[in-house]
Amino acid sequence: MLEVNNLNVSVNGRKLLDDLDLTVRDGEVAALMGPNGSGKSTLSHVIAGRKDYTVETGDILLNGESLLNLEPDVRAAKGLFLAFQYPIEIPGVATLTFLKAALNAQRKRRGQEELSTPDFMKRVKTSAGKLKISQDMLRRALNVGFSGGEKKRMDILQMALLEPSFAILDETDSGLDIDALRIVAEGVNALRAPGRGFLVITHYQRLLDYVVPDTVHVMAQGRIVRSGGKELAVELEKNGYSDYNAEPAVA
Amino acid sequence: MSAEIIHARTPAELSLANAFDGSKARLPGNAAVAKWREDSFKIFSASGLPHRRVEAWHYTDLRALMRDALPVATPPDAMAIDALRKNFAAADAPGQRLVLADGFFVPELSGGLPAGIKVRSLASVLSEGRSDLIALLSSQDLAAGDSMVALNAALMQDGVVIEVAPGTVVEKPLNLIHATASQISSAHFSRSALIVGAGASIRLAEWGHAANRAGTVQASQANACLIVSLGDGARLAHTAMVTGTAANSVRLETMMARIGAGAKFDSFALVSGIGLVRRQIFLRFEGDGSQASLSGVSLLGGREHADTTLQVEHAAQGCMGRETFKYILDEEATGVFQGKIHVAPGAQKTDGKMLCKAVLLSDMAAMNNKPELEIFADDVACGHGATCGGLDIDQLFYLQTRGLPLPEAEALLLEAFASELIGGIGHAGLIHDFSGKVKAWLSSRHSWRIPDRSQA
Ligand SMILES: Nc1ncnc2c1ncn2[C@@H]1O[C@H](COP(=O)(O)OP(=O)(O)OP(=O)(O)O)[C@@H](O)[C@H]1O
Ligand SMILES: [Mg+2]
Repeated sequence: MLEVNNLNVSVNGRKLLDDLDLTVRDGEVAALMGPNGSGKSTLSHVIAGRKDYTVETGDILLNGESLLNLEPDVRAAKGLFLAFQYPIEIPGVATLTFLKAALNAQRKRRGQEELSTPDFMKRVKTSAGKLKISQDMLRRALNVGFSGGEKKRMDILQMALLEPSFAILDETDSGLDIDALRIVAEGVNALRAPGRGFLVITHYQRLLDYVVPDTVHVMAQGRIVRSGGKELAVELEKNGYSDYNAEPAVA
Repeated sequence: MSAEIIHARTPAELSLANAFDGSKARLPGNAAVAKWREDSFKIFSASGLPHRRVEAWHYTDLRALMRDALPVATPPDAMAIDALRKNFAAADAPGQRLVLADGFFVPELSGGLPAGIKVRSLASVLSEGRSDLIALLSSQDLAAGDSMVALNAALMQDGVVIEVAPGTVVEKPLNLIHATASQISSAHFSRSALIVGAGASIRLAEWGHAANRAGTVQASQANACLIVSLGDGARLAHTAMVTGTAANSVRLETMMARIGAGAKFDSFALVSGIGLVRRQIFLRFEGDGSQASLSGVSLLGGREHADTTLQVEHAAQGCMGRETFKYILDEEATGVFQGKIHVAPGAQKTDGKMLCKAVLLSDMAAMNNKPELEIFADDVACGHGATCGGLDIDQLFYLQTRGLPLPEAEALLLEAFASELIGGIGHAGLIHDFSGKVKAWLSSRHSWRIPDRSQA
């Protein structure tokens, strides 16, 4: 379960998240929607442990434990995963080398034994096959020269291998072709489990047709301005954000 | 600049003058060589140790950094040679090798040379006085005016002269091992030459080996010159592992290379774990249509100082030069890269590119970068670039969110940064050795510098 309580975040004195409250229960898929620049990616980065932001007040709890003073890798080991809106290219690091290092680092933190190379390869091959990721891509440097959609699929592969207890998908659907969208959605649905929560950030109803959310939240100007069921996404698709975009009334 | 700056001699300069006066009668060579030594010493003493007002040495102020000169080494005795033999056996040193101990060629420890390669000590070549070899050894015009190269000519004690017969092709590396053998800290002056005949193809791998009888490493001051001559159509793949000298050591290496027509020369060096090192490479394309690639990685911590100074002269048409150097600087280390590409009038179709990339891991580390292009021909493609900064925070964050602790994330990025050039060595065994050194450096850096955060 992820709980964000009264979170206020700023950068250089500019407020980006404003008294933000959000709870996503185990087994729940929550969709987060909202206009460009409303703070969705900022929220995902702050949850994952990015240091450029100042957390002024509030707390972020994963399964009841505060994440705020933990390094990003420790948060990951505690079960958090973030699929980036823009996955980062890492020149010179072969994708397989990286996957193995990441998987074993987390296993080590969790007190599990390192995977043997054959075990590791078996897992990668199974997951990569489902996501239509080629062996050639796995041998190339991580994300370097990958197409936009390939990068997104690579992030989902990492999620499948790392088996987080809570995953944030930041616009994983943008840049995906229709087939890839279905493949990625199947990948996410396969991971849906009673003990695992998802925060799915998206602009489009289309992804939510495949990954049907339990709740939908609308974010504007750094706060959650409306929450509802899956029908809220349909309504937004029709009406847009005009109801939410206005500057807050000056008191 | 005024030539009239008169400075008080430093203790180091005084002891070098005494060393020359005291040893010149015993230094190897015929009368002509003795004259050359005298002339060279005059050049050295006119300017003294190079300092920051000498443009080429601005960032490596040897006068300030080297206050004292160590006593000049004596040839290794039987015990020292025996200790080295045991050392090599234990370290499984490669067979096809030439050994210089404190700058002196040790035939007993050398051997396994393939047909077509002739090797003699510098001392015997200087005494024999074969004019073509003496001419080659003394042609310092590539490094004209460099007082440390002049000092090397004055005091050179020994070295190896390697002649590769035209057409000889040897796949396995010929290993040249620079061993520190003396029990006491000493200065070494060596000069070696590698003459690769037309159409010949060889690989020269230079190694540092710094462990003496007691198993401890003595500080040393080495001034080594390597003169390379590549005949038409010849190929030379060169690597240098410039590592493992004691903390207060000074190591000056000068390579002077002349490249014939249609030849190919690749050189890679790893510099790490040396007090102060300066590598100078003076390269001249003398024949048309040749290629040279000079590259290197310096991994520095503590107060280490590593300087790479290049001068690549295009004196022929259609030659391609690639100079790519990378630095990783931690703690209070200093890196220096100076690279000059000179394109002579008429050297049309020159293709020259120079690149220096530095990663600084500490606020106290410093990188000095000075690229220069001097172009006197109009139909050329030349350029240079330089980057300097910390590791990319977006990349670090991405890796951390995947579970890699910061030190591991850094090591992964640094290894990728350094390894890019190692892949270009093109020899599996050597790639393995150099990659291993990089990994070892990165893991030692983390084991004692970055606190374990697993308790977090
Ligand atoms: N490090 C930063 N420094 C300054 N401003 C920032 C920083 N990070 C985010 N912002 C600003 O915060 C606001 C929210 O950005 P964010 O990326 O969170 O929006 P978003 O809701 O994800 O938008 P989109 O739908 O376009 O992805 C933007 O105005 C952005 O410019
Ligand atoms: Mg965003």
